[in-house]
Amino acid sequence: MTTSRTVTVTVNGVAHTRTVPVKLLLSEFLREHLGLTGTHVGCGQGMCGCCTVMVDGQPVKSCLMLAVQADGSQVETIEGLARDGQLHPLQEAFIACGAVQCGFCIPGMVMTARALLDQNPQATEGEIREELGNNLCRCTGYVKIVAAVQRAVQAMAVGKAGRGG
Amino acid sequence: MPWLCTGPGLLALAKSYRCERGVPVALPDFQYFCPSTLDEAMALLASHEGAKLLAGGQSLIPLLSMRLAQPSAVIDISRLSELRYIREVTREEDGHLVIGALTTHREVETSPLVRRRCPVLAEAGGLIGHSHIRLRGTLGGSLAHADPAAELPVTCVLTGATLVLVGPGGQRRVAADNFFLAPFMADLAPGELITAVEVPFIAPGTGAAFRELTLRRGDFALVAAGALVEPGPGGTVAAVRIAVGGATPVPVRTYAAEAAGRGRPAGPDLWRELGRLAAEELAPDSDIHATAEYRREMAAVYVRDALATAYARAGGYDDH
Repeated sequence: MTTSRTVTVTVNGVAHTRTVPVKLLLSEFLREHLGLTGTHVGCGQGMCGCCTVMVDGQPVKSCLMLAVQADGSQVETIEGLARDGQLHPLQEAFIACGAVQCGFCIPGMVMTARALLDQNPQATEGEIREELGNNLCRCTGYVKIVAAVQRAVQAMAVGKAGRGG
Repeated sequence: MPWLCTGPGLLALAKSYRCERGVPVALPDFQYFCPSTLDEAMALLASHEGAKLLAGGQSLIPLLSMRLAQPSAVIDISRLSELRYIREVTREEDGHLVIGALTTHREVETSPLVRRRCPVLAEAGGLIGHSHIRLRGTLGGSLAHADPAAELPVTCVLTGATLVLVGPGGQRRVAADNFFLAPFMADLAPGELITAVEVPFIAPGTGAAFRELTLRRGDFALVAAGALVEPGPGGTVAAVRIAVGGATPVPVRTYAAEAAGRGRPAGPDLWRELGRLAAEELAPDSDIHATAEYRREMAAVYVRDALATAYARAGGYDDH
C-alpha cells in the first residue's frame, strides 16, 4: 500500500504504532492522532515555528515533515518537557518572566530554546535572539521571551553545578 | 492543472504563496516511497511520471500543503546517506569541492572544508531562512527547486559550479550557468536527479562576498549579489566576477560589469561604477515585494557592497 503506511513513532518516550495516510503531516499526527495539541499550527508553511518539535534530538518544523518520515524516530513535544510533574527550567523561566501573552507561539519558542540550550548551554543574548528568529511572536516583542531563555541558561547552569557537574 | 506545473504557473502561485496569501489545506493525495538506495530511487523516479523527490522537504512540503504541487508520487530520498558528503578534489588547475546533493545547508554553512575552500558558499548557505530550515534543507533540493530568490543558485552561478545529474540515460554534467532555465524550472530531464555539485575553490588571494537584501532576516532575497575579486599588481583589480539573484527570473552573471573592472584601480569609486554597470545589465521583475526600479537600484548598491567586502577579504579569509 503506497498511500498509507504503518509507522512506529516514539513520542515523549511512548511508542505509538499507527497506520496513517502518507500525506499526513507530523504536526497533524501529533495533534489529531495522539491528542498532543500543545504543538500548534500557525502558518502551515514552515515560517512561524509554532509547530516546532524535536525529532531525534534536532528541532524540526513539524508542519514540514510527513508523519511517515518519523517512523523509527524519537519525537519530543512540549508535553514531554515536564518530568514527574516537575516543570522544565525553561517552562519555569517563561512563567517567572511573564513571557507568555496569548501563548500561541510559546510551545514552539520553548522547543527552539530547548534545542538551542542542548547544543549551547551558555548561549548569549545574541545567540538566543538569532535562534528565536525561527519563531514568530505577534504579541510580546520577544523581550520577555529572550529574558526567559537567559534566565533558564542561568538556572540550568546552577542546576548542573548543584548536581556536581 | 498542467499550467501549474510550468515555470510561469508555479511562479505566479508561488509568488502568492510567498505573499502569504496562500492558505494551507489538506495535502493532495500521492503515493509515497522511501527507497533505501540511489538505484532504487532512480527506478522509482523512472517508473512514476509526475513523481517529485522529497529531500529536506522545506520547499516541497509547503508546496504540497498549498496544493501548488500535486505529484502522483513522492519519493523520499532524505535517508540516502550516500548522497550526503563534502569532499575536495585537490588539483592544481581546477581544485574543487564535491558536495553530495543531500548535504544540508547547515552542513555546508559550518563545514571547515567549505569555509576554507569556498567561503562564499558557506556565507550564502548561512543566510537561508533560519537555522531549523537549514538543518533539513539540502543543497540539491534548493538547486532543483530553482527559486530565483534563493541563495545557493546564485552562489553556484557566481563560483562557476557544475551540477552532476544522474538519470535513465546515465550521468550528465551541467554548468550552474545553464542549469536555471526559468523561475522554479531547472534543466532536469524526466527521471533525472542531482547527485552532487562541484564547486571550484576560490583561489588563494581572491576575496569573495555575498550580500542580500531582505525585508526581514531569513526572508527570500529581493536582490542578492555575489562577488569574487582577484587583486592585481599596484592596487588594481586583476579580475572580478559578479552574480545577481532575486532580481531576474534566473540568477545571472553581469559580464559587462566584470569586463569593465579588469585592470582598474581598486577602490570605492570602482565598486560604485561596477555596481551601476551591473544593475544596468539587469532586466528586473516588478512584483508586490519590489518594483523593477527598486530592484535595479538595490542591485547597484548590493553589488557595490559585495565587491568592496570581497576586496577587503582578498588575501585572507574572515571566519564569518
